[in-house]
Order: sequence, then structure tokens, then C-alpha cells
Amino acid sequence: MIVGTSGLVLNEKLLFEHSDAGRKGYSLPALDVPATELPDGLCRQEIAGFPELSEVDVVRHFTRLSTWNYGVDSGFYPLGSCTMKYNPKVNELAARLPGLADVHPATPDHLAQGALEMMFRLQEALAEISGFGAVTLQPAAGAQGELTGMLVVRAWHEARGSKRRKVLIPDTAHGTNPATAALAGFDVVPIASEGVLTLAEVEAHMTDEVAALMVTNPNTLGLFETNIAAICEVVHARGGLVYCDGANLNALLGIARPGDMGIDVMHFNLHKTFATPHGGGGPGSGPVGVSAALAPFLPGPWVIQDGDRYRFAGSSESIGRMLAFHGNFGIMLRAYAYIRSMGAAGLKHATEMAVLNANYVRARLEGGYHLPYATRSLHEVVFSDRDLPNDCHTLDVAKRLIDYGYHPPTIYFPLVVKGSIMIEPTETESQETLDEFCDAMLAIAKEAEMNPDLLHAAPVRTRVRRLDETAAARQPRLRWEGVGEKG
Amino acid sequence: MRYIPHTRDDVAQMLGRIGVGSLEELFVEIPATVRLKRPLQLPAPLAEPELVRDLKALAARNATPENHVSFLGGGAYQHFIPAAVDQLISRSEFYTAYTPYQPEISQGTLQAIFEFQTLICQLTGMDVANASMYDGASACAEAALMAVRLTRRQRVLVSKALNPRWREVVTTYCRYLDLDVVEVGYGADGRTDLDDLAARLDGRVAAVIAGYPNYFGVVEDLAALARLAQGAGAKLVAGVNEGIALGLLKSPGELGADIVAGEGQSFGIPVSFGGPYVGFFAARMKDVRAMPGRLIGETVDRDGKRGFVLTLATREQHIRREKATSNICSNQGLCALTATVFLSLLGKQGLREMAGQNLAKAAYAREQLGRIKGVDLPFAAPGFNEFVVRTARPVKEVLAALEQQGILGGIPLGPDYPELADAFLVCVTEQHRRADIEVLAAALAGGAA
Repeated sequence: MIVGTSGLVLNEKLLFEHSDAGRKGYSLPALDVPATELPDGLCRQEIAGFPELSEVDVVRHFTRLSTWNYGVDSGFYPLGSCTMKYNPKVNELAARLPGLADVHPATPDHLAQGALEMMFRLQEALAEISGFGAVTLQPAAGAQGELTGMLVVRAWHEARGSKRRKVLIPDTAHGTNPATAALAGFDVVPIASEGVLTLAEVEAHMTDEVAALMVTNPNTLGLFETNIAAICEVVHARGGLVYCDGANLNALLGIARPGDMGIDVMHFNLHKTFATPHGGGGPGSGPVGVSAALAPFLPGPWVIQDGDRYRFAGSSESIGRMLAFHGNFGIMLRAYAYIRSMGAAGLKHATEMAVLNANYVRARLEGGYHLPYATRSLHEVVFSDRDLPNDCHTLDVAKRLIDYGYHPPTIYFPLVVKGSIMIEPTETESQETLDEFCDAMLAIAKEAEMNPDLLHAAPVRTRVRRLDETAAARQPRLRWEGVGEKG
Repeated sequence: MRYIPHTRDDVAQMLGRIGVGSLEELFVEIPATVRLKRPLQLPAPLAEPELVRDLKALAARNATPENHVSFLGGGAYQHFIPAAVDQLISRSEFYTAYTPYQPEISQGTLQAIFEFQTLICQLTGMDVANASMYDGASACAEAALMAVRLTRRQRVLVSKALNPRWREVVTTYCRYLDLDVVEVGYGADGRTDLDDLAARLDGRVAAVIAGYPNYFGVVEDLAALARLAQGAGAKLVAGVNEGIALGLLKSPGELGADIVAGEGQSFGIPVSFGGPYVGFFAARMKDVRAMPGRLIGETVDRDGKRGFVLTLATREQHIRREKATSNICSNQGLCALTATVFLSLLGKQGLREMAGQNLAKAAYAREQLGRIKGVDLPFAAPGFNEFVVRTARPVKEVLAALEQQGILGGIPLGPDYPELADAFLVCVTEQHRRADIEVLAAALAGGAA
């Protein structure tokens, strides 16, 4: 069955184009104290162009917009490196319980014991899962977790009087890794990989000026870094630290722990591995685990158990806060609910099924698409467009997949594979779904041969077709500029 | 497991197709030396009803406005949230999608964020706003770094009256880039001390950052701050601590700010023990290429139909890598959507009315508290919905006595301001009824103060 089809899709204007003077979509109680005014000169005029809509206008507006989106609940979303697994519904309830959602972050510790206990339990669970000595929950997303981790690396070196400024980053790394290293004040030294990082390459670059190596394990090709333990030893022997990008932790739950491999610092992506929703681009949550030696440098405060009570504590060596408060608590709650639902055996089962699914997709598509690396894949597999005929490229395959009813895989990343197509099915997809997707992928490869126009024209079933991104960048229109009158 | 669909037969069939005999064989590339040789030590799994019971038990051990009258603010505010907000953001096409990398099937997210960018521009009086930052504090830190890029200078002046946790985050982001963060004092009226600022401004200063309103709930003289900062070639960053204030206060853009970095939690997002919230970030169009974060732009498709895409991505980490303007990737997309829905419902009238109620109720509380013996209101400058209260009795005792009566009286200032060890911060919003304010006043008058 082809999932993609065409149906009635409703158009919708911008909020501002709907407005009608005098409409409103709220009600507040009458003011029960005397009205006051700001002193002269402080008060603004009414905000030109600001929306004026009834509740039903607003509800229809956003309901229509939602139908233009594709989410995990709509269908298969094999976006490599993003771990788009199913987002359990009870976790949404967890984050909305009034006794949790309505706790103010400045509530004294003794009146927030439930919130603190949940955070403590989550810290402990993440430490156990990853093999690290301490965990901070504060960072708001993966990239902020990376920055936290790399600032901890800076602080650790500085505390020992070391002024090392270089960071080794393999060519398979996410773009956030070099951007983060720069933001933490390091100079980036790119190093080459041969699918996986070799000991010789690390040894060749590891000098007394190198503060850290940043790796992703399994890496962005979906391959386990088999030399990781020896690499960590080399880096440590020359006074450096090893940072791990934890984006791909879903391949390792209950199988192996980064802390046991010799890695010193790693960030988690709760919105990948621990099933919290991606929200159309956040909020995520990027806790950081570190070895015991680095624990005092974590951003405070973190939660400690003190007898039968829980409280916040910090350290004078801490790099300092990364966010105004304690992190994305609502996301932590969802991850906590997930870990409690799965248990140890459930998490390991999730990893096994994620790896099974990736290898199944690989087995079914091998031959239909070029597979650049023959090594056994873990949770994701990378193909390329090398063998596609008739000027058909990865972008065309991605757009044609949309017509078939799928969210495309990650494309043109990792950069080491030209025209890469990075597929991460996750464990929550059934064999039937994978078969339908693989059938679609193979049908598209055939279309590329027989009828390439189908690929070049795609997508044709969506509300809008391919968009002119060049024009958007050349003459940026980044806000609505109308006058606020109904058109 | 209910989230994993594989039956035993499925697994066997799939392994057969892959050509391996067991699941174990799929992991051959992981050396035995780094394998975990025992099960993870985690609590036994909970069925859904057990999990809900566990969560409710945690929820029962926290103080909330359901069981306490709370005057806590300080960067997180309890405002009314219309029911439609949560209904709409619970559409799972919104919340189970990722970053809109494929615009043809992400137009819902893209148009909503374009609307968010527009609303933030309207509120702040600026030309361009990004798709969101993590929170107000990290937005402020990114604003400082943007000012450093624009001016090629290495010093950031931060008002001591800026939210102290935001100051700390600015310091965290700056210190390892070898940037100086220098504090500027506040005056007797609770506003940034203009003389102290003038004395510290010179050719090394990239940015001046001040709260609007500031941490004491006081409205800064932004126009004067902008004149001083810009006179020395520095950028003025307005750090909006409470977004609802922009419903009534002159916009930072109108007063001359170069960058506005603020917290949007008040726009429909529950306080949720500190997050997730949403930072907003706005600037002048001439500086757009130095901005951090994602931007959504309007364009057309092949048929000439209007649509929206991620744009100006050459500033970002996935293209520029170590030369990017920021490392930010995921932002707070769903919280930006929440703010957009909230602001659409309140609209032009509602935001002004809500802001007006905050102003009036805080003024009423100030007046009631100011009459009490042993209570002093040290800062005379105009404020919005928060103010500083100084008491004759030690703050710890005052707040403990209030707590005995079911009142969370405010946030002690001593830990962040040793000179204000005898003071705390009281926040009053439209959610407080007159009676709540009178309960606080009576408790203080009755001996708590």
C-alpha cells in the first residue's frame, strides 16, 4: 500500500491578515483593585498590527496549520541521527500534572521535595545507564549540553594550570561539535576517519596542546568506534580528555556504557534516546554526564540526597549556570516516566530492536542504493545517491518519498559521504512499516531509471511544492510587514 | 512492551533476512572489553497505572498555588493560561515533528514560527526576531556575544540590577572566551546607576546589558542607557525579565536598544519548576547576519504559492561549523508556538489589559504593604509587577512565619545581594485576587514582619 495520498487540505492566512478591530479571544475577571497608570513617558501606544481574533479564529488557525505538518504520530520519520521514536502519551500527562507543572522554580527546597526527588532519581538513572560518576540536568538541549561539557573540559585543564587550546574533531562529527568547541574558546583541528577513527590518526594529532578529542559513538555513519578504549588511553596518556556526543546513545542502552570505555564527558539528548517529543525543534534537554574527577566543575546547582530529604547543592569550582533555572524540568519528567516504564530490560530491548530495524532496512535496500561502508551497522545506516541515473540525486529521492507518505531520512549528512541518505528507523516501527518504506525506496530507484521526471517534480501531493530557498535568502522577509487591516 | 511492536516471529524473520542467527550477532563490532556484563541497575518497570500513581505521589509533595498563596516571581511568573493554548499545542502534528528541515511537510511549524518572529518584533519594536532561544538568560548571553562580534571589543558591562541568574549565565558564556564581564551598580531608586555606567564606558566595551523591567521589578531608563552606551560605541542589550510588561511599557526598540533578549515564559507557559521556557531574541535588520539561532523566511514554491523556509542558514553550525554565530541547533520550538497561540488569544486588547492588571495589583500590594510598621519599600522608581520589600525582622523568619500561614511571601535577595540581606522580592500578577494581597498584608501586619 502506498501511504501518501491527496485529500482536502485547507488554506489559511497569516494571523495578522485575519484580524478585525475589536475582536478578542480571552476573558479576564474585572479588576478588583483601583486602576493605575504608568508615569508619563513610560507607556507605549497600542501595538500596530497585533492580532485581534476570537477564540474560534485562533483555534481554527492553528488546527489548520497543524495539518500541514508531519510528525511521528503521522507516520514513519526515519530522520538519521535524530532518533524519532514514538512519544508515549502518558509522558505528556506526567508533565501536565498540576503538582508538577505549577511548581515555581524559586520554591524553597523543603516545599519542592517531589520535584527534587524526581530530578535526583533521573540523575541516578542516567549515571547508571551511561557509567558516569555525576550528571547535571541543567542544559536545555544537546548543543547546550555539548557547550557545558566542553566548558567543563576547559575548567578542568585550567584548574591544573594547563592552557591547552586545541580540540580534535573527526570529519564525521555533527556541525554542533566544531561550533561548540569554538564557543568554548578552543581551536578546532579536524581529523580524518576511515569509517571509524584509527588509533594512528589520533596518535598523529595528539600533542601536549590538545585539550580534548570530541567523538560520537556510534558515529554518524552508524558504526561503532571499535578503537575507542585504546583511543581514550592515548588521549589520557598525553593529558587530554575525551568528549562523547551522546546523540546516538540509543544504540547502546544496556549493551555498553560510554563511561566504561574511558570517555570523560558526554551529553545525553533526552529528546532522542529517552522518547521526549521534538516539539517541531525543541524544547529538548541535554544533561551531561562526567567522570568523578570532573564532577565539581559541572554547572550548579544539582540535586543531592541528604538523609531522607533532597536539596540543591553546588561547588565553588563549577563553571557556573547555563540557564536561569534548573533545566527543562517538563522534559525531564517525560524522560523519567519513560525510563520508569521501560526498566532495564525494556531499555535494552529498545536498543536491540532499533539495531535490528536499521539492519533490516539495510538488508532490504542494499543493491537498490549504494552502500558506502560494509561494516555492520548499529542503529542507523547511510546510503548514497552514487548509482542513481538520469540526474536524480538524494534531494529528489527525499522529495519523492514525501509523495509516498514518508518523512525523508537525513540527507547530505554525514559530509564524508557524497549525497548521503542517513536512515534511522528506531525501535518503535514494525516490520510492516519498514517493508512499506523499503518498497517505496526501491520503487523510487526504479522511477529514477524509468521516469526521472517523477523525482524531479516531487513533491506533488503536498500543499506547497518545492520552495525557492535561494530567493528567501537573497531578499529576506523575516516578518509580516502588512498594515494590520483585513485584506 | 507497548511501545515496541515486534513479535517473536517478526524478530526471527528479520534476523533471517539480515542473515544473522541472533540479536547478539548484530553487536559484533562492539568489543567485549567495553561491553556491560550485567543488567543495568534500574528500578523495576512500572505499568501505566503504577506510573501515574508514582507521578501523583511526587506531585503531592510540592507547594503550588493550589495549596499556597504564592508571591514568587524573579524571572518565572504565574499568569492565566487560556484552555485553548494547551489544546492546540497538543496537536501531535506539532509536538511530534522535528525541526522543519523538509519545508513541504513542515509548513505548519514554519508559518507559526514566522508569526512568532513577527509578534516578537511588534512587542519589542525591533526589525527582526529569531525562532527562539533556550531562555531569557541564555538569550542575554548570546546577545553579549553578538555585540562582541559586531564591535570586535572584549568587555561586557552588566547592570547589577539585571536578574542575577542571567548575569551568571552571561558570565559562564563569556569567561572562557576571555571576555571581561564587569558589573555596573544600581542607584538608590533601584535603577542602573547612570554615573557608574558612564565612568565604566570606554572604547573596550562591546555591550551594556540591563533588565527591562529589571530584577527589582523596576523600569529602567532605557533611552538614557542607550544614549550612554551608543555614545561610547557599545551596543545596548535590553534583557526583558517579564514579557507581559511589554503590553504596557514602551518598546525597547522605540527607546533605542540594539538587541533585545527576553524571557517569554509568561506567554502561556507553566512555571514548571524552571523549564522549558522560551527565550526571545530581536535585533536590527542591519545586524541580521551576526544573529544567533534559526530564522524563518517567506518565499514561494514552484507554482508561486506563498510558503516558509529556514533561511540565512549560512550563519549556522550545520553549514559554518566552527565559524558559526552560535552552536544552537534545537531551540524551544513548541514553547515558541505556545507563546504564539497565547498572544493570538490575548491579542491587542488582552495583552494590554493583562499588563494593566499586573501593574494595578502590584501597586495596590505596594500601597498595602507600605503602610505596615516594620515594612519598608526601598526603591522608589516606577515598577511593573514586582517590588522589593525590606523588613525589620530577619527575612528568613518573616518568610518562615508567612509559610506557616500558607503564604510563599517572596524570594530572599540576600544570597544574590548581600547589601539587601534584609529584603525580599514580591511578585503580584493578575492571578492574585485583592483578598490574596490582603492576606499577605494582614500576615505581615500581624507580626510576621
